[in-house]
Amino acid sequence: MLKINNLNVQLEEEKKKILTGVDLEIGAGEVHAIMGPNGSGKSTLSYVLSGKNGYEITEGSATFEGTEILDLSPNERASLGIFLAFQYPVEIPGVGNMTFLRTALNSQRKSRGIEELSAAEFLRIVREKAKTLKIDAEMLKRSVNVGFSGGEKKRNEILQMAVLEPKMCILDETDSGLDVDAMKLVAEGVNALRSKNRSFLVITHYQRLLDHIVPDVVHIMADGKIIKSGGADLALEVENNGYADLLAEYN
Amino acid sequence: MSKINQTEQKINCYSLPIESNWAVEARTNALTWLQTNGLPSKRDEYWKYTNPSCFNSIKEPERNEIDYVGNSIFEKLNRINIVFIDGYFDSSKSDELLFEGIEIETIGEANQKDNHWSADCFGILEKSSQFPVERTLASLNTAFAVQGLAIKITDKIDKPISITYLHTNKTSDALIHHVIKVEKDASVTILESGGVASRSNSLMEVFVGENAEFDHVRIQGRSHEKIAVTHFFADLLKDSSMKSFSLTVNGESTRNEYVIDINGENTKAHIGGAAVGDYSFSQDDTVFVSHNSPNCESRQVFKKVLRNGAKGVFQGKILVKEGAQKTDGYQISQGLLLDDDSNFLAKPELEIYADDVICSHGSTCGEIDNNALFYLTSRGIPVAEAQDMLVLAFLNEAIEEISDENIKEIIGILLKDWMVKRHKS
Repeated sequence: MLKINNLNVQLEEEKKKILTGVDLEIGAGEVHAIMGPNGSGKSTLSYVLSGKNGYEITEGSATFEGTEILDLSPNERASLGIFLAFQYPVEIPGVGNMTFLRTALNSQRKSRGIEELSAAEFLRIVREKAKTLKIDAEMLKRSVNVGFSGGEKKRNEILQMAVLEPKMCILDETDSGLDVDAMKLVAEGVNALRSKNRSFLVITHYQRLLDHIVPDVVHIMADGKIIKSGGADLALEVENNGYADLLAEYN
Repeated sequence: MSKINQTEQKINCYSLPIESNWAVEARTNALTWLQTNGLPSKRDEYWKYTNPSCFNSIKEPERNEIDYVGNSIFEKLNRINIVFIDGYFDSSKSDELLFEGIEIETIGEANQKDNHWSADCFGILEKSSQFPVERTLASLNTAFAVQGLAIKITDKIDKPISITYLHTNKTSDALIHHVIKVEKDASVTILESGGVASRSNSLMEVFVGENAEFDHVRIQGRSHEKIAVTHFFADLLKDSSMKSFSLTVNGESTRNEYVIDINGENTKAHIGGAAVGDYSFSQDDTVFVSHNSPNCESRQVFKKVLRNGAKGVFQGKILVKEGAQKTDGYQISQGLLLDDDSNFLAKPELEIYADDVICSHGSTCGEIDNNALFYLTSRGIPVAEAQDMLVLAFLNEAIEEISDENIKEIIGILLKDWMVKRHKS
């Protein structure tokens, strides 16, 4: 589904190299986790895949279901089915959560040539999904992420994911800033979305989240590339021994 | 040409109307003030950011674009409809001016009458607004304007009074002067919309009585070449409240002057404005709020979205006089620049002579937040649409100042329309 080949990326302004040859292939329905120390390039990878400005691709490619995505705008990638759950969801005062979500869903439907949803139909879908994520209807009426607690912001990301039904979900440190209960709730939300047609790339520092969202493959990232891949037990190894051994092995 | 010579030339374009004694006196006083002080020039501190020459010039500006559509933007509201064409009241297109709780006449009629309520109002607030800075374009208006309405409200009026200005003539140059008196316990909403004329100088004097309410919404959506200076002068008595909101969409040069005099306890004055424009657009809100009594609240919320070299100006002052304790004064002005060529110039001021007050002022100037833009587009919203959402969100705080939900909606539609047209240009 997602195929990344020798991806090299630097910061556009500072010309600082962040990704130095990432190779990664994620098949349909698979859940991959990326772990790695701070500054290893995990979040950059998620931004580059979703099309954030400020990065220059110096080499390599990324294709999604056979389409080269690195030249596409963020909204075009979203319409293909790529979704990024932000590490720090952005607060947008003055833009209502529901207006935002409905505009997003209908923009995607429009670009895929599907009829736009009516307000009533949309409301029905959102209310139902919000309920399973224990999101208060009051919260949906507010401006996007404004006045939301850390946990509410992350649940709102998962709600957006549930409504937009992407094929490729990238979760950037969705567990950061969450207490145990909130993390469970978020993990349940993610697990409910797992299907044979939907893939996940879960970026995290801690093995904790992977107890709840069990991955098929775990990758260790360091210095801008993937230095080791393995099964779910690789995450446990990191949890017990830290990254030092793995980094020494790689060097 | 000297300031006084230029002023004399301008004065020679008009003649004092023959009216009853009180009106002649008010007009002569204004004329004398104008002759003594002269029309504004760009050397005046008060006109530092907006060049007044387009308002002063003798020659009527010729404007090709006309916007005679015959309809008001408020058409769908249940309202009392009054129409001005090229600055002249048009009785055939207006509702008949007979309503319970409302006395409406044109100032042309009112000023002929020896005993008329407006004798105590016409030119009074214009005169008191000449301090601390001269506003001689307002004096020009009082001296010579023969068009406008004298409106007295004696009851709570549910239907808004909607004044629609239509522009059909290439070289129209309008002076309009409204006098509005809202009596004790009465309330009214006045809506203004339309392009008025190629060039207009309008003035509204509003007297809000005890425990009375006055609501004002003005939509200055005009074709791109027009020039307008407006004056909104209000006097508030105790327990009264007023709101005034102005939307300026396009127009070449617009200067909105506000003078709000708070003269009674427990009054509220809210003034808001949203402005959006491109290219030669120059829009200036100059506000003076004077707290002369204790326990009163004032708010100023002004937002401007500027693109392609447009200029936005805000000069706002809150004066809290000695003894005006427990004053709550708030002022915010913000500019959103959509490119590097546009300018937002702000001069927020507080002058406080009481020691137990809450007063704040803030002013910011910025661009579209790229993180917010990425967030919206990453969910599938195209860039242009996402930008529009952020522009509307920015303007929202000002639009929220309007109490009526229907009017808010009308303004929302108008702004969206402006943005769609903008994408095409």
